[in-house]
Amino acid sequence: MKRPVWSAVAFAVIVAGLCGVADAGDRYITVASTTSTANSGLFKDILPRFTRKSGIEVRVVAVGTGQAIRLARNGDADVLFVHHRKSEEKFVSEGYGVKRFDVMYNDFIVIGPKNDPAKIKGVSDVVKGLSSIAAATAPFVSRGDDSGTHKKELALWREAGVDVKTASGTWYRETGSGMGATLNTAAAMGAYTLADRGTWLSFANKEGLAIAYEGDKRLLNLYGVILVNPKRHKHIKAEMGQTFIDWLVSDEGQKAIGDFRIGGKPLFNPNAPADTR
Amino acid sequence: MTDFSDALTTALTLVATMDRDLTEIVLLSLRVSLTAVAIAAIIGLPLGAALALLRFPGRKVVIVLMSALMGLPPVVVGLAVYLLLSRSGPFGTFGLLFNPGAMILAQVILVIPIIASLTQQVTEDLWHEYEEQLQSLGASTMESVWTLLWDGRYSLMTAHLAGFGRASAEVGAVMIVGGNIDHVTRVMTTSIALEVSKGDLPLALGLGLVLIFLSLCINMGVHSLQTVGRRWQR
Repeated sequence: MKRPVWSAVAFAVIVAGLCGVADAGDRYITVASTTSTANSGLFKDILPRFTRKSGIEVRVVAVGTGQAIRLARNGDADVLFVHHRKSEEKFVSEGYGVKRFDVMYNDFIVIGPKNDPAKIKGVSDVVKGLSSIAAATAPFVSRGDDSGTHKKELALWREAGVDVKTASGTWYRETGSGMGATLNTAAAMGAYTLADRGTWLSFANKEGLAIAYEGDKRLLNLYGVILVNPKRHKHIKAEMGQTFIDWLVSDEGQKAIGDFRIGGKPLFNPNAPADTR
Repeated sequence: MTDFSDALTTALTLVATMDRDLTEIVLLSLRVSLTAVAIAAIIGLPLGAALALLRFPGRKVVIVLMSALMGLPPVVVGLAVYLLLSRSGPFGTFGLLFNPGAMILAQVILVIPIIASLTQQVTEDLWHEYEEQLQSLGASTMESVWTLLWDGRYSLMTAHLAGFGRASAEVGAVMIVGGNIDHVTRVMTTSIALEVSKGDLPLALGLGLVLIFLSLCINMGVHSLQTVGRRWQR
């Protein structure tokens, strides 16, 4: 038994296994984004156009806004593309990001069982709607995962003066998971939930659920894109990342976003200001 | 019940049409999990055999610890590997995160305890049987290890199957360190999780059936290898 040979073979296999499959090419960037942009099919629709034009591959890691920001903070993504303006501005002011660009918007909607047990259809604003859900102790499913949607929902409860923390586990239920999983839970429990329109329109398991409330100004859902600061992390692919951002806010990118539809309905409305195009 | 029949139809259609995306995902799953099992075997087999043959203080503790690690939660392993490979972590400079290499590493950690523990049991039983014989032949410890591993090879195949089952079925670790990136790190289990979150339950279940089918094929292959090998031996 020739031991040195075996050890050498073993070592070679381990190294080849881990590294050989590590990297194909260097012309790619990593984007930390939210489940709403990825699961709705937006990226699958628009990214190939960008790649054809620039030769840059875009790898999307789709997680909640909170986790996406943490990934970007650690330098594990080149570009951050999320939807919670306050956190995004904080990210930039703390020096983790270079600059925030407006890209697109849609709105949040309150989803609920078709028979609307808390009678919120037709209330004058969303805060009143949430108050009646709380008053009726009708089941409400929350993301509970520090995502953009979750942060929006908590802000609305605060405005309604409802303490959801003490209600957690009774009529208020936190799933701690993504938008799709939360909608699945709402469908199974006949519960209300707050969702972004993009995920709702592309969601396939709507069983028994319908839009219970929509249209309040407060439900605006703004998406911003930020280049992670190369001064913080040397390996950030700043040039390619900025090329991607420039394309998103260009006429061509904005048109691609506006043209993305499901069942004839647009999911996102482009809103990059004219001077960045 | 329509979901189940839809799932079956979806699975059959996907397999019959050799769907390109599915083929890519299946190949990546196999590449990641098989590589992980191969690496874990290189480490786990000698480790398990050493635990069976060598006598040192604290040996029992290590054996119990190793079998306890068979129950490592994949999410925890994923998180630990993420923290190690993150650009802000100690091994960040290699840029392994969100690549198949990171997924292999996480699965290697999950599979080593399974292979090592089962190897330890198999070789310890054989050691009781052959200890005197091997010693009378003047075999060194190293030679004994090789002899026992070779003798127990058919039982050890089951250890590898258990390891492969663990690797190919887990989603928690590969989701965190791979990031479920389309065409780069998307494997069977993360695709299933993704389709569930899109609400496409029949497709998710259909992919699950494809995964079970794959696992069945691999198990059938190994079992027939065992049968043929044992028959030939006689």
